[in-house]
Amino acid sequence: MIRVVLPYHLRTLAGVGREVELQIDGSATQRSLLDALEEHYPMLRGTMRDHVTLQRRGFIRFFAVGRDLSHELPDAPLPDEVATGAQPFIVVGAIAGG
Amino acid sequence: MSGVRVLVGTRKGAFILTADAKREQWDISGPYFAGWEIYHLNGSPVDPNRLYASQSSGWFGQLIQRSDDGGKTWEPVDNKFVYDGVPGTHQWYDGTQHPWEFKRVWRLQPSLTDADTVYAGVEDAALFRSNDGGKSWQELPGLRAAKGHLWQPGAGGMCLHTIVLDPSNPARIFIAISAAGAFRTDDAGETWRPINRGLRIDYELPDATAEVGHCVHSIAMHPARPDVLYMQKHWDIMRSDDAGEMWHEVSGNLPSDFGFPIAVHAHEPNTVYVVPIKSDSEHFPPEGKLRVYRSRTGGNDWEALTKGLPQSDCYVNVLRSALAVDSLDACGVYFGTTGGQVYASADSGDSWAPIVRDLPAVLSVEVQTLP
Repeated sequence: MIRVVLPYHLRTLAGVGREVELQIDGSATQRSLLDALEEHYPMLRGTMRDHVTLQRRGFIRFFAVGRDLSHELPDAPLPDEVATGAQPFIVVGAIAGG
Repeated sequence: MSGVRVLVGTRKGAFILTADAKREQWDISGPYFAGWEIYHLNGSPVDPNRLYASQSSGWFGQLIQRSDDGGKTWEPVDNKFVYDGVPGTHQWYDGTQHPWEFKRVWRLQPSLTDADTVYAGVEDAALFRSNDGGKSWQELPGLRAAKGHLWQPGAGGMCLHTIVLDPSNPARIFIAISAAGAFRTDDAGETWRPINRGLRIDYELPDATAEVGHCVHSIAMHPARPDVLYMQKHWDIMRSDDAGEMWHEVSGNLPSDFGFPIAVHAHEPNTVYVVPIKSDSEHFPPEGKLRVYRSRTGGNDWEALTKGLPQSDCYVNVLRSALAVDSLDACGVYFGTTGGQVYASADSGDSWAPIVRDLPAVLSVEVQTLP
C-alpha cells in the first residue's frame, strides 16, 4: 500500500484527510501513482498534471524520503520506502508568492 | 415571496448574498471554495437552482463546480478544456506567433433555454460549450478561425470574458476578447466574424480601424432590444444599433470613458450604467469619488449616482464582470469592488448601500431574481 500526502486544497477537493492509501498494481512510479490517485479521486484530474500532456503543473512538487522527486522521469521507480509504504509520497503546492 | 440571490466571485472564494424583494436585510453565506480564485459564478435562467462556478488557482489549475440547490452544495464537474484539433498560434508580445495554451475560465454563461447547456469563455481566448451540465466540454473552434492568428493578449491575458446570448435568436451569440475585440455568430457558433467597425483606438493600435486587436472590456444588451449593444471599451463607451455591424461613441459628458463593466436597466432599454475609472494608467475612480454613471438616453447624457457611495479617498476598481442588475421593480443594481465591497441599489441607482464591506477583491457579481 502506497501512502500519499495531499496539500490542503486537494484534500478539501477530494474530501479526504491528510493522507490517502493506494494499491498500485505493477511497479510503483510517479505515473502509476498519479494514475491510481486520479482513478480513485477523479476530481483531482488536471490539478497536479495536465490532462493531455500529463506534465506536472509548474507549482506542484513531489517530495519523498527527504528528496525532491519532481524532476524524476515519470516512469522511474519510486524509492523503496515509498513503494513499501514506509514513507509517504508528498504532493506539495510550492511556495510561490504571498 | 420573490427575492434576489447575488453571486459574488472573489480572489479567495465565492459568496452568496440573498435578500427578499425589499433588498434591505441580507444573508451572507460563504466562502465557498475558500482560498481559490472564483472568476465567475452564474445561474441558469431556466432553473435558478442550477449554478456554475469557475474555480481556479495558480497551483492547481481550473475546476468547474456545479450546484443544483442554489449554491447550498456543489460538486466538481469536468475541468478538461482541450482546444479542438491542433490549437495553432496567436500573436505574441514580441511579434512572434505563440501556441494557444489553456489557462482558466473567465466566464460561464448558461443557456437561456436549457439548464444543461452552458458556455465557457476561456483564456487563451476560445469558447467552449457543454450540453450535459458541465460533464464534458467541447470547443467551438470556428471562433478562433476569425483571424485568431492576429489576436494578442491584453494586460490581463488573452481572455474571452463576455458572452451575450440573443434571446430572440438562439443562433446568435456575441462574445468579446481582450485584446482582440467583439465577434458574432449567426449559426449557433459554427462560424464567427469580427464586429468592430466604428471602434477607434488612436493610441492602442497603429491602424485605429483594424478589424481585430481592439480591447473590448465588456458588452451589455437589453433582452427586449437585442440589436442594441452597449460596450465599455478600454477607452470609450460605444453603442451599436445593428447587432454590432457598426458602433458609435456615446461617452458624452462622462468624466472619463475608461472603465470595465457596463450594464443595462432591466426594464428600461435606454438606461445604461458604467463605472468610470480615471485612466488605463490609474485604475481607480476619478478624484477618489466612487460614482456610478447612469444614462437614461442610451448614452451621451450621463448623470453621476453618488448617494451612499464614498465621495472621498476611494481608490478601488470595479472589474468587468462585477456589475449586474436584478429584474425586480424597481430595478436593483449591484457592483463589487477590488476593495471587497459589494454595493446594492434597490432604486435603479438613485441610492446605494453596501451589502458587505470586507470581502476579498471582487472579481464578478451576478444577480438572480428569484420567483
